[in-house]
This record gives sequence, structure tokens and C-alpha cells, in this order.
Amino acid sequence: MTDFLILGSIAMAATPLVFAALGELVTERAGVLNLGVEGMMLMGAVCGFIAVASGAHWAVGAAAGALAGACLASLFAALVLGFAANQVASGLALTIFGTGLSALVGSNYVGTPVDKIPAVLWGLDPMVFAALAMSAGMAFWLYRTRQGLILRAVGENAEAAHAHGHAVLRVRLLAILFGGAMSGLGGAYLSLAYTPLWAEGMTAGRGWIALALVVFGAWRPGRVLIGAYLFGSVGVLQLHAQSSGLLAVPSEILSMLPYIATIAVLALLTTRRQQSRAPAALGQPFHRLR
Amino acid sequence: MLRIEPRPTPSRAMTLAAPLLALALTVATGATLFSALGHDPGAALYHFFVGPISDRYGLAEMGVKAAPLVMIALGLSLGFRAGIWNIGAEGQLIFGAICGGSVALALYPYDGAWVLPLMLVAGVAGGMAWAALPALLRTWRNTSEILTSLMMVYIAVLVLRLLMNDLLRDPDGFSFPESRLLTNGALLPIILSETRLHLGAAFAVLAALLVWILTRHTLIGFQIKVAGLAPNAARYAGFDHNRLIWLTFMISGGLAGLAGVGEVAGPIGQLVPVVSPGYGFTAIIVAFLGRLHPVGIVLAALVIALSYLGGENAQINAGLPLAVTGVFQGLLLFFLLACDVLIQYRIRWRRAP
Repeated sequence: MTDFLILGSIAMAATPLVFAALGELVTERAGVLNLGVEGMMLMGAVCGFIAVASGAHWAVGAAAGALAGACLASLFAALVLGFAANQVASGLALTIFGTGLSALVGSNYVGTPVDKIPAVLWGLDPMVFAALAMSAGMAFWLYRTRQGLILRAVGENAEAAHAHGHAVLRVRLLAILFGGAMSGLGGAYLSLAYTPLWAEGMTAGRGWIALALVVFGAWRPGRVLIGAYLFGSVGVLQLHAQSSGLLAVPSEILSMLPYIATIAVLALLTTRRQQSRAPAALGQPFHRLR
Repeated sequence: MLRIEPRPTPSRAMTLAAPLLALALTVATGATLFSALGHDPGAALYHFFVGPISDRYGLAEMGVKAAPLVMIALGLSLGFRAGIWNIGAEGQLIFGAICGGSVALALYPYDGAWVLPLMLVAGVAGGMAWAALPALLRTWRNTSEILTSLMMVYIAVLVLRLLMNDLLRDPDGFSFPESRLLTNGALLPIILSETRLHLGAAFAVLAALLVWILTRHTLIGFQIKVAGLAPNAARYAGFDHNRLIWLTFMISGGLAGLAGVGEVAGPIGQLVPVVSPGYGFTAIIVAFLGRLHPVGIVLAALVIALSYLGGENAQINAGLPLAVTGVFQGLLLFFLLACDVLIQYRIRWRRAP
């Protein structure tokens, strides 16, 4: 296998993480912690897959995945914005619900084959490039536009942003929906390009790894992108070691690598300085009534 | 128009009514879902909620499923009260099952009276060991315990699969990835004849009693409560938060480990690659549904246990997919969190100004 192909497979392993982590980054920058990424990715994966298995173009499938993620995220938004519910508990509820619902919806599609998203350049599909463009665009949007500034203000100090006349709840709603759409897109990429097939719980913790990547990337799009590609390489390294049989290590131990890497990275890199970069109002509900 | 107003004090009545309201909404949604899937909603609900417990054996099965849920949810509730989020109980359960099961397999075929107690101790220790890393990283590096405890679940699943393929596989078992059947002395005694209800159910009730005493009558219980309700007050009072993190993780990890060894030495009777249908995650719902209170948790665990039985029964008798159980459980938590708004707020009709 050439080095070039290895680079390509790293990009493909990283792309779902890039989408999901960028979406969660925007949600968290608005001051909302959504732990439902795993559930939204699964719903995106199953809905995108069903669309394509029913004969739709892959782009329609990707859009269906994004829509499914946003729909699930709207439930979360209703809970944490409408009812001021605990964000941690609501996010867990979203993951549990999304895992169950995706298994129910997709039960007839296990083992169905679909055509992979076709490659356009260097053997890579357009979604890989879309993810790269998205992170560059998001960095610009966050730091160089007025809307990006408002989003960050809402996440740093919701009361102050409200006093300035910004609609805190509307900004947060849009951020949550965007996060859901991006998670759904990441999930759809898994079932349409990376594997490509549908299986129950196929995200295998990638939603949680995406959450860890946001912390690792200090809530900055560029660093999140680098982090996703580093994790992609861990995954590819694992697959190569497994298939080449060069290492006399059981496959289960190699499969643990991404999870061990996540814990190690979180432990080594979440210094106090890193954590001080978290949006100041992260996880705090905002009440207009006060 | 409808207005949501804050209540002057949280409503006690609503604290108790919210879970019932959420249950009613879940059942109503379930009926709608069943009709949408083309099933008779009445019959489907009967198969789900009544059919499984219409005889003595079924009632005992509810206890079999509720026991691990009670044990895990009790431990989790302590942390949740203090704002400490151990969501990796599934991993702690699995590692407890591995440790407890390994003791029995290492001593095989010996089955003296002290094998079972040793297994239980090993299970509790295993659960605690698996919970120790998230607690250590949280107290030492301030790493999010949510993410680390969850990653440990995936690792535990793989450790168990590895051991089933190799070290702990039954040497006479035609290379199936399963251990030997445990000897009779290594199994928890049955406490209701001709059913599978085992001593683990008694452990669960005992654990509920101990947790109730801990939360109600000890300084630690008070510290946990204050840390959750008023973190700044807890800091000002000089309560050691790191000690609370360690304590809640060790209690919840130990109880999850006990639940794990209870499955191996109880209904399963051997080590298999999948020792739990997600009890560690479902216990999160049980903890919230039970209002983080020991008595509530026991009742909530029975309801959720019924949803497991109902899912299996509806699959056999009404041809519904098994995944319906997960959807129900997720919906229930959603509705509960939404209904909980009524504790702090009230809804009033007001004419638009």
C-alpha cells in the first residue's frame, strides 16, 4: 500500500469526526453542552443510508442525514431552552433515544449494500474536501464576522449579550440545530462512504470522541481539525496493524487504541490553561424571566 | 397566552407527580407509535405491560432484571446529587463480572463455601478499579469524568471479548467464545423456588437501605447534597470536593461491579461476551425517574425492568422489533426531563398584554 493511499484513508477516518466536532464546537461556543452527539450521528447514519438505499443520490442522503440530526437536536433544544432542563441529563437522554430509534428505524436495512460516495480527486470523495472547507470557513466566521462575535458573546456571558439586545435563546437554538445537522452529516458519511453499510450502533463511540476533540482543540476550529486527523491516523494505524498481521497482538487490543488515545489525550492536554479557554457560560441555562 | 412562571418554592407534589405524568405520556406516545407501525395499540400495550407479569414466574423475572438496575442506579444517584457524572457504569459492571467470574473459573472445579463470597468481593473490587481511573483523572488533572468513564466502557467490552476468545474460554467448549458453566457453589442461591430470582435481589434492597441511611443520616450525605445544590456554599464550608468525587465513584463503581458479578453468578451462570443488555446506561434513567431517592429508585427499576420484559414479550407475541425497548426508555427520560420543569415553574393562562 502506498503512502498516498494511507493518507487518503486517514482523511476518510477523520471526516466524520471533523463534521461532528465542528458542529459541537458551535453549540458549545453558544454556551450549550450537548452530549447527544452519538445519538444524532446514529440517526444521521441510518436516515442517510435509508435515503440512498431507496435510490436517492448520495447528496440527498447526506442532506437527509443532516436533517435527521437537526430534528433530533430540536428535541434537545426544546428541553434545555424551552424547559431549562439539565443539559447533561438531556444530552444523555438524546443519546439513549437516538441509539434506540436508529436501531428501530434501520432494522430492515442491516446488510443492505449501497454505492459508496464516488471519488472526485486523488481517490477522495467530495465530503472530505467539504469538511476541510467547512473548518476554514468556520474559523473565518467565528473570528471575523459579526454573527460569529455574537455567538461567542452568548457563550461567554449570556446576560451581557441579552442586555445588548441579542436574542440569546434564538442564537442558542440555531447553534444547537447546526450542531445536530453537522453530527447527522458525520453519521451519514460513516454509513455512506466510510463503511458503507448500516449496522446498529455503528458509530462505536465516535460521537463521544468528537466531544473530546472539542476539548482537545480548545474550542478552535483549526485545532479541532488537526485533532480529528490525528485520531483518524490512530484508527487507520489500528486497521493496518490488524490486516497486515505484522504485530502479534490480538485485534481487541488494537481496537482499544482510539479509546485509550482519547483518555490519554484528555488527561495529558486538559491543563488548567486549556480549560480556561472553555466558553465561560458553558452548561449554564439562561432565563429571560430573571 | 400560556406563560411559564417561576414558583416561589419548588413544588413537592410535582416532584412526585412528574414521573407519573412522564410515564403516562410515554405510554400514550407508545400507543401512537404502535399504530403507526401497523399494530393494534391495545394488544401491543397488553403484550408490553401486562403479559410479562401475569404469573409468578414473570413477577420474579421482573425482580431479576430490576436487581442490577437498583444497585447501579443507587450508586449513580449519589454522584448525580453532587453534580458528579459517572456515566460509565456499564464498563464497571462488565469489569466486575470479569473479576468475579475469573475467581470462580480459577478455582474450578473447587466449590467450597467461601468461593461465592470471594467472587462477590472480587466483583466489587473490579467495579471500583474500573471507576478509579476517571476519578483519578478528574481529581488530579480536572479531566471530564463524563468522557473518560464512557471511554472505559468501550475498553471493558473489548477486554471481555478478548478474554472470551482466549484465556477464559471453555477448554471443552468447541471454541465457542464462552467460559465453563460455573459450579453450583459459585452461583447465587435462588430465593423463590422454581424461578430465577436470586440473592442479588436481596442485596439490592439492602443497598437501598444503606444508601438511604447514608444520604439521610450522615455528614457525607449532607455534603453530597450541598455540593449539588450550592457548590459555592460547599466550597466555603470547606467540604473536600475531591474526596466526594472519589467516594461517589468508588460507591457507584463497587455497586456496578456487584451488579455485574450478580449477573454472572445469577441468571447467566457463566462468562459470555455480552453480560448486560445495557443496564449501566439504563440505570441513568432509573436514577432520574426515581428522583435520585432510594425508594423511588426501587420503584423506577421495577418499571424499567418491565420495559425489558415487555420488549421481549412484544417481540415474540406481537412481532415488534426489540429496539422498541430502547426507544421507550429514551422517550421516558425525555418526557421526565420536560415534566420536571413543573417542579420549579408553573404554567398559567394570561391574557396577552
